[in-house]
Amino acid sequence: MSSPHDMGGMDGFGKVEAEPNEPPFHASWEGRVLAMVRAMGYAGAWHIDHSRFAQETLPAHVYHSVSYYQRWQLAMEKNLVARGYVTPDELAAGHALHQTKPLNHKLTLDVVRAGMARSSFFRQHQAPARFKPGDRVRTANINPQGHTRLPRYARDKQGVVELIHGCHAYPDSVAADKGDDPQWLYTVVFDGREIWGPDADPTLKISIDAFEPYLEPA
Amino acid sequence: MTDHDHDHHDDHGSELSETQLRVRALETILTEKGYVDPAALDAIVETYETRIGPRNGAVVVAKAWTDPAFKQALLGDATKAVAALGHVSKVGDHLVAVENTPERHNMIVCTLCSCYPWEVLGLPPVWYKSAPYRSRAVKDPRGVLADFGVALPKETEVRVWDSTAETRFIVLPMRPAGTEGWSEERLADLVTRDSMIGTGLARKPGELAQ
Repeated sequence: MSSPHDMGGMDGFGKVEAEPNEPPFHASWEGRVLAMVRAMGYAGAWHIDHSRFAQETLPAHVYHSVSYYQRWQLAMEKNLVARGYVTPDELAAGHALHQTKPLNHKLTLDVVRAGMARSSFFRQHQAPARFKPGDRVRTANINPQGHTRLPRYARDKQGVVELIHGCHAYPDSVAADKGDDPQWLYTVVFDGREIWGPDADPTLKISIDAFEPYLEPA
Repeated sequence: MTDHDHDHHDDHGSELSETQLRVRALETILTEKGYVDPAALDAIVETYETRIGPRNGAVVVAKAWTDPAFKQALLGDATKAVAALGHVSKVGDHLVAVENTPERHNMIVCTLCSCYPWEVLGLPPVWYKSAPYRSRAVKDPRGVLADFGVALPKETEVRVWDSTAETRFIVLPMRPAGTEGWSEERLADLVTRDSMIGTGLARKPGELAQ
């Protein structure tokens, strides 16, 4: 989707303001939200791409007006309800009222270390890689209603394949509950002027990590 | 971000924010339903507050500055090279290190959300996840660098890596002059978080005491 999360190249947000000696969390609830999301992910309640898509489908004014961990919280509530783990009346009551939906795992204290390790996104490839480093490619002109990792600014642009990262689970498919649909993943680099036009900084190069379905030979 | 000032008071027993109450209620529900274990949640929070931070990455950079074989291994396959060090938390499969040189400055962003190499840098700072950074880094990186007080030579290539998949990037900053013969531990003190994101440079020896 071309929702407010897809921010690359937008104007009007002002200066970047760093906070000196910033703490990991600014309030205790932020840490609880992060930990609950990790625990539900470990339990197999949903995939990380579902978390991302749930954030991206928040109403635009909500996405822009809440804080980062509030977005996580709202996305978690959406997935909990949509996937039948929690009901709206339970959220309203603040207590469990109905039966538990079984989960395959539970993140308990003894498995926290393992549970915090980042999972691998490598998958067995279904076909040889279509591109190799140095190949010229053009990105797709797509505007899907689902989840995609092809940012708006990099659509229908010509670039060069620089790296191959192997074959990965394809987020566009995973987020749509259509399985891993493994795809080759490439770093594709663009000249700044290809993206932003002749006024762009001539020293600028931008790369994205692009899944093979986003690319055609150029 | 708007409620941060308010939330700072949460832990002092004063009035609770609506968000704090909502999160507590959710934890109650998930605990009662048997989905989460509050003790495990405590451990996760504690890990991010005390154990996983940019020092992990600084140690990696300092080693690359002093050990050419390690540097080569790091630039070839950062996942393997960092895992082999064994003293940082387990890294995921998809870490890539990119080297700053006099000809090229690298900068990392996630325009779509907040992808960041947690294992080597800890949790991302608020600015990294903010609209100003995500929107401008790919279009006006020199302007963003100016916000951080960094000015690069006009001819230096600025390479912005947008983390749009599961690959995570760490910048290998340039080693500051005047550090010949320094130990890895001392060098690691020069390696700031921002220098590994590419919004800063490594500290110079004279900046250490500050």
